[in-house]
Amino acid sequence: MNTDVVVIGGGAAGMEAAGRIAQAGYSVSVLEKKSETGGNLVNWYQLFPDRKDSREVLGYLNNVVRNEKLKMLTSTSVKSVDRQKGVYRIKTSSGEIIDTEAIVVATGFDLFKSERKEEYGYGIYENVYSSADLEKMFRAAEVKLKNGTLPQKIGMVHCVGSRDEKSGNIYCSKLCCVTAVKQAIELREMLPASKVFCFYMDMRMGGAHYEELYLEAQEKHSVNFIRGKVSEVGEAHNGKLIVKVEDTLAGRPLRMELDMLVLMAGMEMSGGGKEISELLDLDTGDNRFFKSTDNHFGSNMSNSEGVFYAGTCIAPMSIPETISHARAAAVDVIQYLKSAK
Amino acid sequence: MMKNEGKKRIWSDYQKEIADDHFFYVRSCIRQSFFPGSEQFFLNLMRKVLGKDVYEDPAHTTCTGIGYHSDIVPAATIMTVVARHFALMKEAGYKNLAVSCVTSFGLYTEILETWKHFPAELEKTREYLFKATGREFDIPENVAHTSDIVYSFRDQIAAKAKIKLVNSITGEPLKIVEHIGCHYSKMFPKSGIGGAEFPHVLSGMIDAWGGEVIDYPERRHCCGFGFRQYLVQANRGYSLSNTVKKFNSMKPYKPDMILANCPGCTMFMDKWQYTAKELEGITFGEKGESIPVLTYEELAGLVLGMNPWDLGLQYHMVQSEPLLRKLGVEINASDKYKTKDGKQMPVPQNLINV
Repeated sequence: MNTDVVVIGGGAAGMEAAGRIAQAGYSVSVLEKKSETGGNLVNWYQLFPDRKDSREVLGYLNNVVRNEKLKMLTSTSVKSVDRQKGVYRIKTSSGEIIDTEAIVVATGFDLFKSERKEEYGYGIYENVYSSADLEKMFRAAEVKLKNGTLPQKIGMVHCVGSRDEKSGNIYCSKLCCVTAVKQAIELREMLPASKVFCFYMDMRMGGAHYEELYLEAQEKHSVNFIRGKVSEVGEAHNGKLIVKVEDTLAGRPLRMELDMLVLMAGMEMSGGGKEISELLDLDTGDNRFFKSTDNHFGSNMSNSEGVFYAGTCIAPMSIPETISHARAAAVDVIQYLKSAK
Repeated sequence: MMKNEGKKRIWSDYQKEIADDHFFYVRSCIRQSFFPGSEQFFLNLMRKVLGKDVYEDPAHTTCTGIGYHSDIVPAATIMTVVARHFALMKEAGYKNLAVSCVTSFGLYTEILETWKHFPAELEKTREYLFKATGREFDIPENVAHTSDIVYSFRDQIAAKAKIKLVNSITGEPLKIVEHIGCHYSKMFPKSGIGGAEFPHVLSGMIDAWGGEVIDYPERRHCCGFGFRQYLVQANRGYSLSNTVKKFNSMKPYKPDMILANCPGCTMFMDKWQYTAKELEGITFGEKGESIPVLTYEELAGLVLGMNPWDLGLQYHMVQSEPLLRKLGVEINASDKYKTKDGKQMPVPQNLINV
């Protein structure tokens, strides 16, 4: 099969880039290894900063990819890639061979596996959850402890696998802070009798409307923000979680009993992206994400001719940033195809 | 409740290679002084019960770890002392090091890591040792703490067990607190079985021998030794207060005993219970008793049906009679302080749990 462009990854970036390229009249095949498109977005309930339902964004993306020039191949991954005379030959897991002039890598991110921070007890204590687990509870409209009761005191640990040399991730995932703020508000709305404590290093509210959401969480929803890193989690005799944390503003250690703890997992280069980096011999940075040719004017460009990047495969990004970056990738790809012809 | 599946996943990340036979054994300063039966039984266990080859050299000295951690012994000196131990091992024809002390184990690990990352330090140490003693050494092929070795043979010990860690009166598994020494795996989690957060080295023995491991909030808290906290006399109150904090945390779980793999931890959790009782009249076990603190060799010995007095349990401050009653171990009180040839030794005063 011949196609002008192959997009690897059918998440938000891949869908947006593929849709825009198809709209420009080029044929596109999207290879998505999972059985459904949408990537990490399908696991989220509401999105910051305006609490838009993720299904609305998915609906938009599904419209974008509805194009006769676009072929969506789900449950399909890349097995091998060769390049001869300017054409990439891709062999897929289903045995299909696709020849293409350009590739958009949109392999996204993986959430940091919270169990790697052993001291927080994810997977060991039954009421320790990840931010993604909490989203599933929000979607099901049921936030409960394992014994079926409602949590009264909830802690949220920021920077789990971010800005953490021990985890090998010194970079900031930049979206966990605002996710924590959003989830804290959702918890307070769903469980008005609950108390919510956010344990943070710095509140990085750099995006549009993030700071306003942070203020709303404090003023309207009485979320408690405590500056300090959680050092360890244990379980008390009564089954509650014991959390040790230093309140660095008050200058004293705290030992709190909580019903539930939510770990704000950071973002990492995806496993799929790592495989693609090896297959296509693409450069990666110290943060293990793909390395663009230039941070200022070449963030969609790779070290291989005809291979472009879209979205969080190069760094943590929000949904709006991902969509903008994917559109920029589409522009670069279209320009490349035009100049080749 | 802790989920075992989660712990098993973590343990699978922290498995290490432990030699199966032919060990060069290095003793611990504290252990051979305060509970010498443990080291003696380790040799008996390995040689007589498991049929292994263990060699010890009388020319082995202290590793000077206590001096090192007190800022008295400089790094170059301790590296040379450790290099001499390796030279003795080389001369005896052994490649697998079996370390009795957790502090020594931490030091051997730290020094080997240092040499790996700073080869110039290794070369300097070779030079210092050769100039001082004319000796040369090889890096050990395998370094294991003796609790690692007992852990690796835990199933064989269970197969030969005479008793299980079960309360013979209630039929319930004994509730056991496990405590690893900081220097066992907190500096280098990869060097310890199960890592540092949810170590498996001792809990694996407890599971294999029929007991139940207790998880309590201050499970990771220091035993109270902490070298500097204790060695500086003015700080001893701080040392004691840390131990008391730990014991207050485990008390509601009504532990039947504590199992430790570090000389300092065993000593301090044992002796500070006496001190706390004398100073404040407080105890942490059931019915006003204190909680016996055992080494893994002592526990293995009990499981294998050894006479508790041959294991040296009477050398602890907290006496183990309440535990022995629960285990259904028959004891002869009159033999407790007798030598092998039947001579009566002096009987210590003010022991607890008697």
